[in-house]
Amino acid sequence: MDYNWMREFADSWALLAMALFFVGVVAFAFRPGSGKQADEAARIPLKDD
Amino acid sequence: MKFGTEIVALGLFAFLALVAAGFGVDEPFRQHMWVLFFVLLGFVVVLLRNTSFVPAASVDPSAYMDGPIRYGAIATMFWGVVGMLVGVVIALQLAYPDLNIEPWFNFGRLRPLHTSGVVFAFGGNALICTSMYVVQRTSRARLFGGNLAWFVFWGYQLFIVMAATGYLLGITESREYAEPEWYVDIWLTIVWVAYLVLFLGTILKRKEPHIYVANWFYLSFIVTIAMLHLINNLSMPASLLGSKSYSAFSGVQDALTQWWYGHNAVGFFLTAGFLGMMYYFVPKQANRPVYSYRLSIIHFWAIIFLYIWAGPHHLHYTALPDWAQTLGMVFSIMLWMPSWGGMINGLMTLSGAWDKLRTDPIIRMMVMAIAFYGMSTFEGPMMSIKAVNSLSHYTDWTIGHVHSGALGWVGMISFGAIYYMVPKLWNRERLYSLRLVTWHFWLATLGIVVYAAVMWVSGIMQGLMWREYDEQGFLVYSFAETVAAMHPYYVMRAMGGAMYLAGAVIMTWNITMTILGYQGEEEPMPASIPALQPAQ
Repeated sequence: MDYNWMREFADSWALLAMALFFVGVVAFAFRPGSGKQADEAARIPLKDD
Repeated sequence: MKFGTEIVALGLFAFLALVAAGFGVDEPFRQHMWVLFFVLLGFVVVLLRNTSFVPAASVDPSAYMDGPIRYGAIATMFWGVVGMLVGVVIALQLAYPDLNIEPWFNFGRLRPLHTSGVVFAFGGNALICTSMYVVQRTSRARLFGGNLAWFVFWGYQLFIVMAATGYLLGITESREYAEPEWYVDIWLTIVWVAYLVLFLGTILKRKEPHIYVANWFYLSFIVTIAMLHLINNLSMPASLLGSKSYSAFSGVQDALTQWWYGHNAVGFFLTAGFLGMMYYFVPKQANRPVYSYRLSIIHFWAIIFLYIWAGPHHLHYTALPDWAQTLGMVFSIMLWMPSWGGMINGLMTLSGAWDKLRTDPIIRMMVMAIAFYGMSTFEGPMMSIKAVNSLSHYTDWTIGHVHSGALGWVGMISFGAIYYMVPKLWNRERLYSLRLVTWHFWLATLGIVVYAAVMWVSGIMQGLMWREYDEQGFLVYSFAETVAAMHPYYVMRAMGGAMYLAGAVIMTWNITMTILGYQGEEEPMPASIPALQPAQ
Protein backbone atom coordinates (compact mmCIF):
# COMPACT_ATOMS: atom_id res chain seq x y z
CA MET A 1 0.00 0.00 0.00
CA ASP A 2 2.33 2.73 -1.21
CA TYR A 3 1.49 6.19 -2.45
CA ASN A 4 0.96 5.10 -6.06
CA TRP A 5 -1.45 2.36 -5.06
CA MET A 6 -3.49 4.73 -2.91
CA ARG A 7 -3.44 7.38 -5.60
CA GLU A 8 -4.70 4.89 -8.19
CA PHE A 9 -7.40 3.66 -5.84
CA ALA A 10 -8.51 7.21 -5.02
CA ASP A 11 -8.67 8.08 -8.72
CA SER A 12 -10.73 5.06 -9.67
CA TRP A 13 -12.85 3.04 -7.28
CA ALA A 14 -13.06 5.62 -4.49
CA LEU A 15 -14.03 8.30 -6.97
CA LEU A 16 -16.65 6.05 -8.53
CA ALA A 17 -18.05 5.05 -5.14
CA MET A 18 -18.38 8.64 -3.98
CA ALA A 19 -19.97 9.73 -7.24
CA LEU A 20 -22.46 6.86 -7.08
CA PHE A 21 -23.25 7.62 -3.45
CA PHE A 22 -23.95 11.22 -4.30
CA VAL A 23 -26.16 10.33 -7.27
CA GLY A 24 -27.95 7.85 -5.00
CA VAL A 25 -28.57 10.53 -2.39
CA VAL A 26 -30.04 12.90 -4.97
CA ALA A 27 -32.19 10.14 -6.44
CA PHE A 28 -33.37 9.18 -2.97
CA ALA A 29 -34.27 12.75 -2.09
CA PHE A 30 -36.39 13.07 -5.22
CA ARG A 31 -37.86 9.56 -5.23
CA PRO A 32 -41.63 9.39 -5.95
CA GLY A 33 -43.64 10.14 -2.85
CA SER A 34 -40.85 11.93 -1.00
CA GLY A 35 -42.49 15.31 -1.42
CA LYS A 36 -45.09 14.73 1.27
CA GLN A 37 -42.53 13.40 3.75
CA ALA A 38 -40.27 16.36 3.04
CA ASP A 39 -43.12 18.78 3.69
CA GLU A 40 -43.77 17.10 7.02
CA ALA A 41 -40.10 17.19 7.95
CA ALA A 42 -39.94 20.88 7.05
CA ARG A 43 -42.63 21.61 9.63
CA ILE A 44 -40.68 20.04 12.53
CA PRO A 45 -39.27 23.32 13.85
CA LEU A 46 -42.68 24.99 13.75
CA LYS A 47 -44.43 22.39 15.90
CA ASP A 48 -43.41 23.78 19.30
CA ASP A 49 -40.91 25.94 21.14
CA MET B 1 -22.64 16.14 47.74
CA LYS B 2 -23.25 18.48 44.82
CA PHE B 3 -20.14 19.00 42.62
CA GLY B 4 -18.11 16.62 44.84
CA THR B 5 -16.24 14.88 42.01
CA GLU B 6 -15.83 18.11 40.08
CA ILE B 7 -14.23 19.91 43.02
CA VAL B 8 -11.78 17.06 43.66
CA ALA B 9 -10.86 16.69 39.99
CA LEU B 10 -10.43 20.43 39.44
CA GLY B 11 -8.40 20.76 42.63
CA LEU B 12 -6.14 17.95 41.44
CA PHE B 13 -5.68 19.56 38.03
CA ALA B 14 -4.98 22.92 39.68
CA PHE B 15 -2.25 21.22 41.69
CA LEU B 16 -0.81 19.63 38.55
CA ALA B 17 -0.82 23.04 36.86
CA LEU B 18 1.08 24.43 39.84
CA VAL B 19 3.65 21.63 39.56
CA ALA B 20 4.00 22.32 35.83
CA ALA B 21 4.42 26.02 36.61
CA GLY B 22 7.32 25.08 38.86
CA PHE B 23 9.03 22.53 36.64
CA GLY B 24 8.26 23.91 33.16
CA VAL B 25 11.31 23.95 30.88
CA ASP B 26 10.60 27.31 29.22
CA GLU B 27 9.46 30.63 30.62
CA PRO B 28 6.26 31.06 28.51
CA PHE B 29 5.13 27.56 29.55
CA ARG B 30 5.65 28.35 33.24
CA GLN B 31 3.70 31.60 32.87
CA HIS B 32 0.95 29.78 30.98
CA MET B 33 0.69 27.17 33.72
CA TRP B 34 0.36 29.94 36.31
CA VAL B 35 -2.59 31.25 34.29
CA LEU B 36 -4.08 27.76 34.19
CA PHE B 37 -3.53 27.32 37.92
CA PHE B 38 -5.39 30.51 38.82
CA VAL B 39 -8.23 29.76 36.38
CA LEU B 40 -8.72 26.25 37.80
CA LEU B 41 -8.44 27.61 41.34
CA GLY B 42 -11.19 30.08 40.45
CA PHE B 43 -13.39 27.21 39.25
CA VAL B 44 -12.76 25.32 42.51
CA VAL B 45 -13.63 28.35 44.67
CA VAL B 46 -16.84 29.03 42.74
CA LEU B 47 -17.89 25.38 42.99
CA LEU B 48 -17.07 25.24 46.70
CA ARG B 49 -19.23 28.27 47.32
CA ASN B 50 -22.12 26.71 45.40
CA THR B 51 -21.96 23.22 46.79
CA SER B 52 -24.63 21.81 49.04
CA PHE B 53 -25.25 18.59 50.92
CA VAL B 54 -28.99 18.56 50.35
CA PRO B 55 -29.89 15.75 47.94
CA ALA B 56 -30.42 17.28 44.50
CA ALA B 57 -34.01 17.63 43.36
CA SER B 58 -34.76 15.24 40.53
CA VAL B 59 -34.91 16.90 37.13
CA ASP B 60 -37.92 16.59 34.87
CA PRO B 61 -36.55 14.35 32.08
CA SER B 62 -38.97 15.82 29.53
CA ALA B 63 -38.04 19.46 30.16
CA TYR B 64 -35.40 21.01 27.93
CA MET B 65 -32.03 21.82 29.50
CA ASP B 66 -31.56 25.51 28.83
CA GLY B 67 -29.04 26.55 31.50
CA PRO B 68 -25.90 26.00 29.40
CA ILE B 69 -27.63 27.68 26.45
CA ARG B 70 -28.29 30.83 28.52
CA TYR B 71 -24.64 30.92 29.57
CA GLY B 72 -23.66 30.24 25.96
CA ALA B 73 -25.71 33.18 24.66
CA ILE B 74 -24.00 35.50 27.15
CA ALA B 75 -20.56 34.04 26.37
CA THR B 76 -21.22 34.55 22.64
CA MET B 77 -21.89 38.25 23.17
CA PHE B 78 -18.96 38.69 25.54
CA TRP B 79 -16.36 37.01 23.31
CA GLY B 80 -17.90 38.67 20.25
CA VAL B 81 -17.27 42.14 21.64
CA VAL B 82 -13.77 41.16 22.84
CA GLY B 83 -12.81 39.57 19.50
CA MET B 84 -14.16 42.46 17.44
CA LEU B 85 -12.45 45.01 19.71
CA VAL B 86 -9.12 43.25 19.19
CA GLY B 87 -9.90 43.34 15.45
CA VAL B 88 -10.31 47.12 15.53
CA VAL B 89 -7.09 47.42 17.54
CA ILE B 90 -5.04 45.42 15.03
CA ALA B 91 -6.63 47.34 12.15
CA LEU B 92 -5.38 50.52 13.83
CA GLN B 93 -1.97 48.94 14.43
CA LEU B 94 -1.67 48.34 10.67
CA ALA B 95 -2.53 51.99 10.04
CA TYR B 96 -0.42 53.35 12.92
CA PRO B 97 2.45 50.94 13.73
CA ASP B 98 3.30 52.92 16.89
CA LEU B 99 0.33 51.21 18.52
CA ASN B 100 2.32 47.95 18.66
CA ILE B 101 3.06 47.58 22.36
CA GLU B 102 5.80 45.02 22.87
CA PRO B 103 5.93 42.25 23.76
CA TRP B 104 2.37 41.20 24.61
CA PHE B 105 0.31 43.48 22.42
CA ASN B 106 2.16 43.57 19.13
CA PHE B 107 0.40 42.69 15.88
CA GLY B 108 1.90 39.20 15.64
CA ARG B 109 0.36 38.15 18.95
CA LEU B 110 -2.92 40.08 18.71
CA ARG B 111 -3.75 38.87 15.21
CA PRO B 112 -4.32 35.20 16.20
CA LEU B 113 -6.12 36.53 19.29
CA HIS B 114 -8.52 38.32 16.93
CA THR B 115 -9.04 35.42 14.52
CA SER B 116 -9.46 32.81 17.24
CA GLY B 117 -11.53 35.26 19.29
CA VAL B 118 -14.11 35.87 16.61
CA VAL B 119 -14.04 32.44 14.94
CA PHE B 120 -13.75 30.07 17.88
CA ALA B 121 -14.81 32.14 20.87
CA PHE B 122 -17.67 34.13 19.32
CA GLY B 123 -18.60 31.76 16.48
CA GLY B 124 -17.87 28.61 18.47
CA ASN B 125 -20.00 29.66 21.42
CA ALA B 126 -22.79 30.71 19.06
CA LEU B 127 -22.63 27.31 17.36
CA ILE B 128 -22.48 25.31 20.58
CA CYS B 129 -25.35 27.12 22.29
CA THR B 130 -27.62 27.25 19.22
CA SER B 131 -26.91 23.59 18.43
CA MET B 132 -27.98 22.65 21.97
CA TYR B 133 -31.10 24.78 21.53
CA VAL B 134 -31.99 23.40 18.10
CA VAL B 135 -31.25 19.73 18.74
CA GLN B 136 -33.53 19.66 21.79
CA ARG B 137 -36.42 21.39 20.08
CA THR B 138 -36.26 19.47 16.81
CA SER B 139 -35.69 16.12 18.53
CA ARG B 140 -38.15 16.87 21.34
CA ALA B 141 -35.65 15.45 23.81
CA ARG B 142 -33.65 16.80 26.73
CA LEU B 143 -29.88 17.08 26.26
CA PHE B 144 -28.15 13.76 26.75
CA GLY B 145 -25.80 13.00 29.63
CA GLY B 146 -26.84 15.08 32.63
CA ASN B 147 -24.16 17.67 33.31
CA LEU B 148 -22.25 16.84 30.12
CA ALA B 149 -23.54 20.04 28.52
CA TRP B 150 -22.06 22.07 31.39
CA PHE B 151 -18.72 20.31 30.91
CA VAL B 152 -18.79 21.15 27.21
CA PHE B 153 -19.61 24.80 27.93
CA TRP B 154 -17.00 25.40 30.66
CA GLY B 155 -14.41 23.17 29.01
CA TYR B 156 -14.73 25.21 25.85
CA GLN B 157 -14.35 28.48 27.79
CA LEU B 158 -11.18 27.08 29.39
CA PHE B 159 -9.88 26.24 25.92
CA ILE B 160 -10.55 29.83 24.80
CA VAL B 161 -8.83 31.34 27.83
CA MET B 162 -5.78 29.08 27.44
CA ALA B 163 -5.56 29.74 23.69
CA ALA B 164 -5.91 33.51 24.13
CA THR B 165 -3.45 33.88 26.98
CA GLY B 166 -1.01 31.58 25.16
CA TYR B 167 -0.99 33.89 22.11
CA LEU B 168 -0.29 36.92 24.29
CA LEU B 169 2.59 35.08 25.98
CA GLY B 170 4.03 34.26 22.57
CA ILE B 171 3.12 30.56 22.54
CA THR B 172 2.10 29.47 19.05
CA GLU B 173 2.18 26.52 16.68
CA SER B 174 2.07 29.05 13.80
CA ARG B 175 -0.67 27.08 12.05
CA GLU B 176 -3.33 29.39 10.68
CA TYR B 177 -6.53 29.30 12.80
CA ALA B 178 -4.93 26.46 14.82
CA GLU B 179 -2.26 28.37 16.72
CA PRO B 180 -2.71 26.82 20.20
CA GLU B 181 0.12 24.52 21.28
CA TRP B 182 -0.12 20.77 21.82
CA TYR B 183 -1.48 20.69 25.40
CA VAL B 184 -4.30 23.13 24.58
CA ASP B 185 -5.05 21.03 21.47
CA ILE B 186 -5.37 17.91 23.59
CA TRP B 187 -7.78 19.68 25.91
CA LEU B 188 -9.92 20.83 22.97
CA THR B 189 -9.99 17.24 21.68
CA ILE B 190 -11.44 16.04 24.99
CA VAL B 191 -14.06 18.81 25.04
CA TRP B 192 -14.94 18.19 21.41
CA VAL B 193 -15.46 14.46 21.91
CA ALA B 194 -17.74 15.29 24.85
CA TYR B 195 -19.64 17.69 22.56
CA LEU B 196 -20.04 14.95 19.94
CA VAL B 197 -21.33 12.51 22.56
CA LEU B 198 -23.73 15.18 23.87
CA PHE B 199 -25.09 15.96 20.43
CA LEU B 200 -25.28 12.40 19.09
CA GLY B 201 -26.75 11.14 22.38
CA THR B 202 -29.52 13.72 22.18
CA ILE B 203 -30.28 12.75 18.58
CA LEU B 204 -30.33 9.05 19.47
CA LYS B 205 -32.94 9.56 22.18
CA ARG B 206 -35.12 11.82 20.03
CA LYS B 207 -38.89 11.46 20.02
CA GLU B 208 -39.27 12.96 16.57
CA PRO B 209 -38.75 10.15 14.03
CA HIS B 210 -37.04 12.33 11.41
CA ILE B 211 -33.73 14.09 12.10
CA TYR B 212 -34.32 17.68 11.01
CA VAL B 213 -31.84 18.97 8.44
CA ALA B 214 -30.37 21.64 10.78
CA ASN B 215 -29.08 18.80 12.95
CA TRP B 216 -27.38 17.21 9.93
CA PHE B 217 -25.46 20.41 9.35
CA TYR B 218 -24.54 20.75 13.03
CA LEU B 219 -23.44 17.12 13.19
CA SER B 220 -21.30 17.41 10.06
CA PHE B 221 -19.68 20.48 11.63
CA ILE B 222 -18.89 18.61 14.85
CA VAL B 223 -17.56 15.46 13.14
CA THR B 224 -15.50 17.25 10.51
CA ILE B 225 -13.94 19.69 12.99
CA ALA B 226 -12.90 16.71 15.12
CA MET B 227 -11.19 15.09 12.12
CA LEU B 228 -9.54 18.33 10.94
CA HIS B 229 -8.33 19.25 14.41
CA LEU B 230 -6.79 15.84 15.06
CA ILE B 231 -4.89 15.56 11.80
CA ASN B 232 -3.77 19.18 11.48
CA ASN B 233 -2.40 19.18 15.02
CA LEU B 234 -0.41 15.93 14.83
CA SER B 235 2.81 17.04 16.40
CA MET B 236 5.57 15.97 18.76
CA PRO B 237 6.15 18.08 21.87
CA ALA B 238 9.80 18.87 22.50
CA SER B 239 9.12 18.31 26.20
CA LEU B 240 6.04 17.27 28.15
CA LEU B 241 6.69 20.32 30.35
CA GLY B 242 7.34 22.75 27.53
CA SER B 243 5.34 24.88 25.15
CA LYS B 244 7.07 23.86 21.93
CA SER B 245 6.07 21.08 19.54
CA TYR B 246 7.01 20.10 16.02
CA SER B 247 4.54 19.18 13.28
CA ALA B 248 4.41 15.60 12.03
CA PHE B 249 4.51 16.95 8.47
CA SER B 250 7.11 19.00 6.70
CA GLY B 251 7.42 21.11 3.58
CA VAL B 252 4.61 21.16 1.09
CA GLN B 253 2.77 18.32 2.84
CA ASP B 254 2.62 20.49 5.94
CA ALA B 255 1.36 23.43 3.90
CA LEU B 256 -1.35 21.31 2.30
CA THR B 257 -2.39 19.82 5.64
CA GLN B 258 -2.69 23.31 7.08
CA TRP B 259 -4.85 24.54 4.23
CA TRP B 260 -6.88 21.38 4.10
CA TYR B 261 -7.62 22.24 7.73
CA GLY B 262 -7.87 25.99 7.17
CA HIS B 263 -10.29 25.86 4.31
CA ASN B 264 -12.48 23.23 5.89
CA ALA B 265 -12.56 25.27 9.08
CA VAL B 266 -14.23 27.82 6.80
CA GLY B 267 -16.35 25.14 5.14
CA PHE B 268 -17.52 23.20 8.15
CA PHE B 269 -17.13 25.62 11.07
CA LEU B 270 -18.08 28.92 9.44
CA THR B 271 -20.43 27.51 6.81
CA ALA B 272 -22.01 24.15 7.66
CA GLY B 273 -22.55 24.97 11.34
CA PHE B 274 -24.10 28.35 10.59
CA LEU B 275 -26.25 26.81 7.85
CA GLY B 276 -27.69 24.64 10.61
CA MET B 277 -28.52 27.89 12.36
CA MET B 278 -30.12 29.25 9.19
CA TYR B 279 -32.27 26.18 8.62
CA TYR B 280 -33.79 26.47 12.09
CA PHE B 281 -33.92 30.15 13.02
CA VAL B 282 -35.02 31.60 9.67
CA PRO B 283 -38.13 29.34 9.49
CA LYS B 284 -38.85 30.10 13.17
CA GLN B 285 -38.53 33.85 12.89
CA ALA B 286 -40.49 33.93 9.62
CA ASN B 287 -42.93 31.38 11.02
CA ARG B 288 -43.01 29.36 7.82
CA PRO B 289 -41.27 26.15 6.79
CA VAL B 290 -38.11 26.20 4.73
CA TYR B 291 -38.78 26.82 1.01
CA SER B 292 -37.73 23.35 -0.17
CA TYR B 293 -36.76 20.65 2.28
CA ARG B 294 -35.47 18.42 -0.50
CA LEU B 295 -33.23 21.22 -1.76
CA SER B 296 -31.81 21.51 1.77
CA ILE B 297 -30.89 17.79 1.65
CA ILE B 298 -29.12 18.24 -1.68
CA HIS B 299 -27.47 21.38 -0.29
CA PHE B 300 -26.16 19.34 2.62
CA TRP B 301 -24.67 16.47 0.63
CA ALA B 302 -23.23 18.69 -2.07
CA ILE B 303 -21.49 20.88 0.53
CA ILE B 304 -20.12 17.79 2.28
CA PHE B 305 -18.82 16.24 -0.93
CA LEU B 306 -17.30 19.36 -2.46
CA TYR B 307 -15.89 21.53 0.33
CA ILE B 308 -13.35 19.03 1.57
CA TRP B 309 -11.38 19.23 -1.71
CA ALA B 310 -11.19 23.00 -2.04
CA GLY B 311 -8.26 23.68 0.33
CA PRO B 312 -5.44 23.64 -2.30
CA HIS B 313 -6.75 26.90 -3.79
CA HIS B 314 -4.90 28.60 -0.91
CA LEU B 315 -1.63 27.31 -2.39
CA HIS B 316 -1.82 28.41 -6.03
CA TYR B 317 1.57 28.97 -7.67
CA THR B 318 3.46 27.30 -4.82
CA ALA B 319 5.44 24.05 -4.61
CA LEU B 320 2.15 22.14 -4.46
CA PRO B 321 1.77 19.89 -7.55
CA ASP B 322 -0.11 21.57 -10.36
CA TRP B 323 -2.83 18.91 -10.49
CA ALA B 324 -3.63 19.50 -6.81
CA GLN B 325 -3.93 23.25 -7.39
CA THR B 326 -6.27 22.66 -10.33
CA LEU B 327 -8.29 20.16 -8.29
CA GLY B 328 -8.75 22.76 -5.55
CA MET B 329 -9.83 25.34 -8.12
CA VAL B 330 -12.31 23.06 -9.88
CA PHE B 331 -13.98 21.96 -6.65
CA SER B 332 -14.16 25.56 -5.46
CA ILE B 333 -15.96 26.55 -8.63
CA MET B 334 -18.37 23.62 -8.30
CA LEU B 335 -19.22 24.97 -4.85
CA TRP B 336 -21.10 27.79 -6.54
CA MET B 337 -24.02 25.44 -7.11
CA PRO B 338 -24.76 24.22 -3.57
CA SER B 339 -23.92 27.61 -2.07
CA TRP B 340 -26.36 29.43 -4.25
CA GLY B 341 -28.90 26.63 -3.92
CA GLY B 342 -28.71 27.09 -0.17
CA MET B 343 -28.93 30.85 -0.43
CA ILE B 344 -32.02 30.64 -2.63
CA ASN B 345 -33.53 28.13 -0.22
CA GLY B 346 -32.99 30.48 2.70
CA LEU B 347 -34.25 33.57 0.93
CA MET B 348 -37.28 31.89 -0.65
CA THR B 349 -38.38 30.74 2.80
CA LEU B 350 -39.65 34.30 3.03
CA SER B 351 -41.69 34.10 -0.19
CA GLY B 352 -45.14 35.34 0.62
CA ALA B 353 -43.87 37.05 3.76
CA TRP B 354 -41.55 39.66 2.33
CA ASP B 355 -43.47 42.38 4.19
CA LYS B 356 -41.74 41.09 7.34
CA LEU B 357 -38.59 42.79 6.07
CA ARG B 358 -40.28 46.10 6.80
CA THR B 359 -41.63 45.20 10.20
CA ASP B 360 -39.15 42.75 11.67
CA PRO B 361 -35.52 43.88 12.03
CA ILE B 362 -34.45 40.37 13.10
CA ILE B 363 -35.67 38.91 9.81
CA ARG B 364 -33.91 41.76 8.07
CA MET B 365 -30.69 40.75 9.79
CA MET B 366 -31.10 37.11 8.78
CA VAL B 367 -31.85 38.04 5.17
CA MET B 368 -28.76 40.24 5.08
CA ALA B 369 -26.77 37.30 6.45
CA ILE B 370 -28.04 35.01 3.68
CA ALA B 371 -27.35 37.70 1.08
CA PHE B 372 -23.76 37.94 2.32
CA TYR B 373 -23.53 34.14 2.29
CA GLY B 374 -24.42 34.32 -1.39
CA MET B 375 -22.02 37.18 -2.13
CA SER B 376 -19.01 35.72 -0.37
CA THR B 377 -19.60 32.23 -1.79
CA PHE B 378 -19.68 33.85 -5.21
CA GLU B 379 -16.52 35.84 -4.59
CA GLY B 380 -14.58 32.90 -3.10
CA PRO B 381 -14.77 30.53 -6.08
CA MET B 382 -14.01 33.44 -8.37
CA MET B 383 -10.85 34.19 -6.38
CA SER B 384 -9.88 30.52 -6.51
CA ILE B 385 -9.53 30.71 -10.31
CA LYS B 386 -5.78 30.72 -10.85
CA ALA B 387 -5.74 33.77 -13.13
CA VAL B 388 -7.73 35.82 -10.61
CA ASN B 389 -5.71 34.42 -7.74
CA SER B 390 -2.48 35.61 -9.34
CA LEU B 391 -3.76 39.13 -8.72
CA SER B 392 -5.62 38.63 -5.45
CA HIS B 393 -3.34 36.29 -3.52
CA TYR B 394 -1.43 37.78 -0.57
CA THR B 395 -3.30 41.07 -0.97
CA ASP B 396 -5.97 42.75 1.14
CA TRP B 397 -8.62 41.54 -1.28
CA THR B 398 -8.46 38.20 0.55
CA ILE B 399 -8.94 40.00 3.87
CA GLY B 400 -11.97 41.82 2.46
CA HIS B 401 -13.42 38.54 1.17
CA VAL B 402 -12.99 36.80 4.51
CA HIS B 403 -14.67 39.66 6.32
CA SER B 404 -17.64 39.87 3.98
CA GLY B 405 -18.23 36.22 4.86
CA ALA B 406 -17.37 36.52 8.54
CA LEU B 407 -19.04 39.83 9.39
CA GLY B 408 -21.85 39.49 6.86
CA TRP B 409 -22.78 35.84 6.99
CA VAL B 410 -21.45 34.38 10.25
CA GLY B 411 -21.90 37.50 12.37
CA MET B 412 -25.34 38.51 11.13
CA ILE B 413 -26.91 35.03 11.29
CA SER B 414 -25.53 34.60 14.83
CA PHE B 415 -26.92 37.99 15.89
CA GLY B 416 -30.29 37.01 14.43
CA ALA B 417 -30.27 33.68 16.27
CA ILE B 418 -29.30 35.31 19.60
CA TYR B 419 -31.99 37.99 19.20
CA TYR B 420 -34.50 35.20 18.58
CA MET B 421 -33.35 32.95 21.43
CA VAL B 422 -32.80 35.37 24.29
CA PRO B 423 -36.44 36.41 24.97
CA LYS B 424 -37.45 32.73 24.75
CA LEU B 425 -34.66 31.50 27.03
CA TRP B 426 -35.42 34.04 29.76
CA ASN B 427 -39.23 33.96 29.26
CA ARG B 428 -39.45 37.57 28.19
CA GLU B 429 -42.35 38.74 26.11
CA ARG B 430 -40.03 40.52 23.67
CA LEU B 431 -36.63 42.15 23.33
CA TYR B 432 -35.88 45.31 25.32
CA SER B 433 -35.95 47.31 22.10
CA LEU B 434 -36.57 46.49 18.44
CA ARG B 435 -35.48 49.98 17.45
CA LEU B 436 -32.01 49.19 18.79
CA VAL B 437 -31.96 46.07 16.59
CA THR B 438 -32.53 48.37 13.64
CA TRP B 439 -29.62 50.54 14.78
CA HIS B 440 -27.47 47.43 15.08
CA PHE B 441 -28.55 46.24 11.65
CA TRP B 442 -27.60 49.48 9.89
CA LEU B 443 -24.34 49.99 11.77
CA ALA B 444 -23.27 46.41 11.02
CA THR B 445 -24.34 46.52 7.37
CA LEU B 446 -22.68 49.87 6.67
CA GLY B 447 -19.60 48.72 8.57
CA ILE B 448 -19.28 45.62 6.37
CA VAL B 449 -19.84 47.62 3.18
CA VAL B 450 -17.14 50.11 4.17
CA TYR B 451 -14.79 47.32 5.18
CA ALA B 452 -15.25 45.15 2.08
CA ALA B 453 -15.26 48.01 -0.44
CA VAL B 454 -12.12 49.56 1.05
CA MET B 455 -10.32 46.23 1.01
CA TRP B 456 -11.26 45.62 -2.62
CA VAL B 457 -9.74 48.93 -3.64
CA SER B 458 -6.70 48.49 -1.44
CA GLY B 459 -6.16 44.84 -2.39
CA ILE B 460 -6.47 45.30 -6.13
CA MET B 461 -4.25 48.38 -5.96
CA GLN B 462 -1.70 46.40 -3.97
CA GLY B 463 -1.80 43.49 -6.44
CA LEU B 464 -1.45 45.79 -9.45
CA MET B 465 1.45 47.69 -7.87
CA TRP B 466 3.29 44.45 -7.11
CA ARG B 467 3.12 43.29 -10.73
CA GLU B 468 3.92 46.64 -12.39
CA TYR B 469 7.06 46.47 -14.55
CA ASP B 470 8.71 49.25 -16.50
CA GLU B 471 9.82 48.85 -20.12
CA GLN B 472 13.22 47.53 -19.01
CA GLY B 473 11.69 44.79 -16.92
CA PHE B 474 12.28 46.32 -13.49
CA LEU B 475 9.63 46.47 -10.79
CA VAL B 476 8.16 49.97 -10.67
CA TYR B 477 7.27 50.01 -6.97
CA SER B 478 9.22 49.00 -3.90
CA PHE B 479 7.32 47.06 -1.26
CA ALA B 480 7.41 50.02 1.15
CA GLU B 481 5.71 52.19 -1.48
CA THR B 482 2.78 49.78 -1.69
CA VAL B 483 2.50 49.87 2.11
CA ALA B 484 2.47 53.67 2.14
CA ALA B 485 -0.19 53.72 -0.58
CA MET B 486 -2.47 51.57 1.54
CA HIS B 487 -2.42 53.81 4.62
CA PRO B 488 -5.66 55.74 3.88
CA TYR B 489 -7.48 52.46 3.22
CA TYR B 490 -6.24 51.01 6.48
CA VAL B 491 -7.68 54.00 8.33
CA MET B 492 -11.03 53.60 6.56
CA ARG B 493 -11.04 49.86 7.24
CA ALA B 494 -10.60 50.54 10.94
CA MET B 495 -13.63 52.86 10.74
CA GLY B 496 -15.72 50.13 9.08
CA GLY B 497 -14.69 47.68 11.77
CA ALA B 498 -15.45 50.21 14.51
CA MET B 499 -18.99 50.66 13.11
CA TYR B 500 -19.52 46.92 13.20
CA LEU B 501 -18.18 46.80 16.77
CA ALA B 502 -20.50 49.68 17.76
CA GLY B 503 -23.44 47.61 16.50
CA ALA B 504 -22.34 44.66 18.61
CA VAL B 505 -22.03 46.92 21.67
CA ILE B 506 -25.59 48.17 21.13
CA MET B 507 -26.71 44.55 20.87
CA THR B 508 -24.96 43.71 24.14
CA TRP B 509 -26.86 46.54 25.84
CA ASN B 510 -30.16 45.41 24.28
CA ILE B 511 -29.61 41.77 25.27
CA THR B 512 -28.50 42.70 28.79
CA MET B 513 -31.62 44.81 29.36
CA THR B 514 -33.79 42.01 27.96
CA ILE B 515 -32.22 39.49 30.31
CA LEU B 516 -32.67 41.85 33.25
CA GLY B 517 -36.37 42.02 32.38
CA TYR B 518 -36.74 45.59 31.12
CA GLN B 519 -38.92 46.58 28.20
CA GLY B 520 -38.09 49.86 26.54
CA GLU B 521 -40.89 52.32 25.81
CA GLU B 522 -40.80 52.85 22.09
CA GLU B 523 -42.96 53.36 19.08
CA PRO B 524 -43.78 49.96 17.57
CA MET B 525 -42.32 49.08 14.19
CA PRO B 526 -44.45 50.29 11.26
CA ALA B 527 -47.35 48.06 10.23
CA SER B 528 -46.78 45.64 13.08
CA ILE B 529 -50.10 46.80 14.55
CA PRO B 530 -53.07 45.61 12.51
CA ALA B 531 -55.02 48.46 10.95
CA LEU B 532 -58.09 49.41 12.96
CA GLN B 533 -61.35 48.01 11.69
CA PRO B 534 -64.52 50.08 11.79
CA ALA B 535 -67.09 48.81 14.30
CA GLN B 536 -69.85 46.75 12.76
